[in-house]
Amino acid sequence: MSDLSPLVIIIAAIFTSNILLANFLGMCSFLACSTQVSTALGLGAAVIFVMTATTAINFAVYHGLLVPLELVHLQFIVFIAVIAAFVQFVEMFVERFSPRLYHALGIFLPLITVNCAILGASLFMIIRDYNFLQSVGFGFGGGLGWTLAIVLMAGLRQKMGYSNIPRPFRGVAIVMVITGVMAMVFMGFAGMVNIQ
Amino acid sequence: MIYVLAIAVFGGLLVGLAAVLSMAEKLLVNYGICEIDVNAGERTLEVEGGQSLLSGLIESKIFIPSACGGRGSCGHCKITVLEGGGPILPTETPFMTRAELKSNVRLACQVKIREAVKVKIPEDLLNVKLFSGTVGSTRSVTHDIKEIRFDLIEPAEISHRPGQYVQIQAPSSEGPVFRAYSISSASYERNVVELDVRIVPDGIGSTYLHGLEVGDPVVFTGPYGEFRLNEDPDTEIICVGGGCGMAPMKNIIFSLYDQWPGRSCWLFFGCRTTADVFYLEEFRALAEKHPNFKVVYALSDPVAEGEQWDGESGFIHLSVDKFLEADVKRQAFLCGPPPMIEAVTRVLEDKGIKPDDIFYDKF
Repeated sequence: MSDLSPLVIIIAAIFTSNILLANFLGMCSFLACSTQVSTALGLGAAVIFVMTATTAINFAVYHGLLVPLELVHLQFIVFIAVIAAFVQFVEMFVERFSPRLYHALGIFLPLITVNCAILGASLFMIIRDYNFLQSVGFGFGGGLGWTLAIVLMAGLRQKMGYSNIPRPFRGVAIVMVITGVMAMVFMGFAGMVNIQ
Repeated sequence: MIYVLAIAVFGGLLVGLAAVLSMAEKLLVNYGICEIDVNAGERTLEVEGGQSLLSGLIESKIFIPSACGGRGSCGHCKITVLEGGGPILPTETPFMTRAELKSNVRLACQVKIREAVKVKIPEDLLNVKLFSGTVGSTRSVTHDIKEIRFDLIEPAEISHRPGQYVQIQAPSSEGPVFRAYSISSASYERNVVELDVRIVPDGIGSTYLHGLEVGDPVVFTGPYGEFRLNEDPDTEIICVGGGCGMAPMKNIIFSLYDQWPGRSCWLFFGCRTTADVFYLEEFRALAEKHPNFKVVYALSDPVAEGEQWDGESGFIHLSVDKFLEADVKRQAFLCGPPPMIEAVTRVLEDKGIKPDDIFYDKF
């Protein structure tokens, strides 16, 4: 797989193997923070930033430290530590420059730390044996894909406020159904390129 | 060897991350000393940035009322933030009217001090002080209401208007909280604050106050409240209370007759049974000295057999309707449960009192 250009990986990570709709990673904040487009965009931006930066740093740490020193068995704890530090940084940044977004995200901002999509991106990069540019491309594209999915969902949920949903489907139930339909629609892109 | 290396690598990584985060903290979270401008230059405060506006003001001895202790659940700490407050937060909007949203009213506990802030605080709130005192006396006036008097120590005198209230600091499982109680001692009693407190099962403030004994130290802030007694001696004062809603009106009536001995005033007080009646003797004694003061107590439950009752019966708004003539210049102060307030307001408006002249404490 290592001959794909980073650009192709970005496109693939957004559409054909969308980390949320194809791998079902990062579901909890997707469900919880997708009620308003503005909040979804803010959380998406935070995820894009954390995912891009952590794949880059984790790549450097993995290939620069863990592999040469034969400490590959430390990868999870090291990746998590890097992600946690980054989320802490993002939290301080958001609180300083966008208090409104900070309050809108609430607990879900610190919870990016354990957003499985972000650890997933770092692990996929190892499993698929990407080089540095491909990893960063995958991190960035993965974040973009996640943002696209949550913003689409937020838009749909805002529209849904005006529709007459059958009572048993109201709330999270209809969101789950829509997520499934969205995943199905995204399967339509699968023929373009495959990076699984 | 590999174990040492593993620990060294992981430890080194953590140290590196911690260093980066500490640097970020210094640049992002540390706001330094910020300036708060109160009422366009009237006072300028310098406080540590990063804390809430409420705690910054309290630190500078400006006691904004807050019953929930800064959690954003009571909505009492409203002040106008002219500059530097940032956008209004979703935690604040439920407490705001549309007019308040437009005029930059904010909850002081939700505004974080990040830069120089300009605020507008009502003159009354700037006079609020932190008082310490001791319990001078406690007296059960009914089976569930206690009259508690505090002797002031620091400052030794309080200057309040009738109808105002104080916030008592009470201990709770989540640290000290403040609870509001109306002052029942007259405003000429400068070195005493008296409260009438009904015990509420599991109530933080009332259980604390009922448990106090003579000599115990107390801390409170005050006085708060916007009510102003009408200064025109020809205006009749109407006080209507129910249940334990007596404190502000006792204060109003005794202060009133200290200043205007001949002024006309009615007190209507509604109780359930004779066991709930209190202060009746005191008011009758006052009425003997001041013929223009009339006291009406009414019982809503039928009088039990073998009991004496020379007052009215039925709900208190019926007595108000029965005794008051229409179209007299009046100011009314009501204190009691919401259904009583609503019923009495309707009666008073029928008697020709303008809604602007009817004030109330609903609880």
